[in-house]
Amino acid sequence: MDNLLNLLHENARLSTAELAVMLNKTEQEVKDQIAAYEKKGVICGYQALINWEKAGDNRVTALIELRITPQPDVGFDAVADRVMHFEEVESVYLMSGAYDLAVVVHGNTMQEIAAFVARRLSSINGVISTATHFILTRYKDGGVILNPLEKKDERRQVFCD
Amino acid sequence: MIDYNSQINQEVLRLKPSGIRRFFDIANEMEDVISLSIGEPDFSTPWHVRQEGIRSLEAGKTWYSPNRGFMELRQEISNWFDRHYGVQYDPKTQVLVTVGGSEAIDMCIRTLVNPGEEVLIPEPSFVCYVPLTEMTGGIPVVIETKAEDQFRLTAKALREKITEKTKLLILPFPNNPTGAVMRREHLEEIAQVVREHDLMVLSDEIYSELTYGSQRHITFSSIDGMAERTVVVNGFSKTFAMTGWRLGYALGPEPIIKQMTKLHQYAIMSAPSMAQYAAVEALRNGDSDIKYMRDQYDMRRRLIVDSLNTMGLSCFEPEGAFYVFPCIKSTGLTSEEFCEKLIYAEHVAVVPGNAFGNCGEGFVRVAYSNSINNITEALHRIRHFLSTL
Repeated sequence: MDNLLNLLHENARLSTAELAVMLNKTEQEVKDQIAAYEKKGVICGYQALINWEKAGDNRVTALIELRITPQPDVGFDAVADRVMHFEEVESVYLMSGAYDLAVVVHGNTMQEIAAFVARRLSSINGVISTATHFILTRYKDGGVILNPLEKKDERRQVFCD
Repeated sequence: MIDYNSQINQEVLRLKPSGIRRFFDIANEMEDVISLSIGEPDFSTPWHVRQEGIRSLEAGKTWYSPNRGFMELRQEISNWFDRHYGVQYDPKTQVLVTVGGSEAIDMCIRTLVNPGEEVLIPEPSFVCYVPLTEMTGGIPVVIETKAEDQFRLTAKALREKITEKTKLLILPFPNNPTGAVMRREHLEEIAQVVREHDLMVLSDEIYSELTYGSQRHITFSSIDGMAERTVVVNGFSKTFAMTGWRLGYALGPEPIIKQMTKLHQYAIMSAPSMAQYAAVEALRNGDSDIKYMRDQYDMRRRLIVDSLNTMGLSCFEPEGAFYVFPCIKSTGLTSEEFCEKLIYAEHVAVVPGNAFGNCGEGFVRVAYSNSINNITEALHRIRHFLSTL
């Protein structure tokens, strides 16, 4: 039932009735499948994709590279676990390559993020170094182009009078 | 001052302009319009196909192709058609690569029809058959298909229109604008009449890969005895989302293709080379793209048919192409009024059914070649529109 996930990924607000019609299932089957996906953690949540800039909210986002010393038995997990519980943190990824964790952080100002990195991230046991990159413009997020230059459907009628 | 109208060919002057255009112009003026009026895929051409076009340009392969099209492409068309529909055509003599399916239709009608001969045209259907017939001096004879027959052509309706002047039958299935398809049993029935009356057939199968449900498209030329009297028109626009590349083809008996090629050679020379290189890739490695796009269209089709029926705009379930053709008679509006009010009130563009023949009056064409988000929004707006009537 991968099409169900694809459809919800594209638009989580489709009703179960609409989904059922598109997938040629009963509404109950779709409900059950969604419930199963939720229970299994395949579907982890539903969020609106918001262009905060347009909402008048000038929040700052940074991508922070963390290099850390892996710890016995738990490797990178212990540090990752501490980092992801900070509410400023939106996402945490373990990376291949030159650093270990990529951490996306939101703050109201640059200073707030600077303070967060200096006081809370870099002081965690095992963190060797941090590199903070502030995000300047968000062109595309979650698969959606936020400020399309050309909004119009460029397809046209081929028949002219 | 020149009186241009007296200088222009009278037959051309008399051609009726297409009715699809007007609503598009209105739509173009609006900011937030959702257009379900456009008859082309919303997908871009698959990347690997585009890449072959680019590669041919990079390599500087910018020359004419042979009149009939590159042999490599004709061979791939032949293989692909056989693989999909089980009919073999000789790439040397029975395949002509054209500038879109439209050119193939024109070449075929001009090659077959003498002045005064009648061409049977089921309607509602694509807008080009009548004017192209008129330009050859042929006489278009419309056969109306009906919602209660699921807009299929029936043997009975066909028989009623046959005279001793009948030359050519046009079979536009899967159908634009109704989404109707002809199953094997329906084609057999038509083939029987074609045999009895010694007709030629132009089978416009441009939507052949867009059929839904468990049964795939049946080409008319696969019906017993029909290959020898049928020119099949197909192309890359709908199957591979390649409308702007302008590439189609005709398959048929050698003597007909030979004469069509002669005409094509004088009028067109050859189809675009870049498009032909890309098309080879599409035919070789594009089956999974076709399936992906078909599955997407199918989900939208289910949604839109179900929603329109729930709203009281009854539509039969279309089994092909990417159009639904709901009946709007319950609103008390004409097709034109419905479309005009809808676009002004709700900024949703659809096409009046009578643009595809008089018998399309009382219906509108809704194209689901658009994103699910746009379709759901458009459906909300149509529902609101109906509540205000």
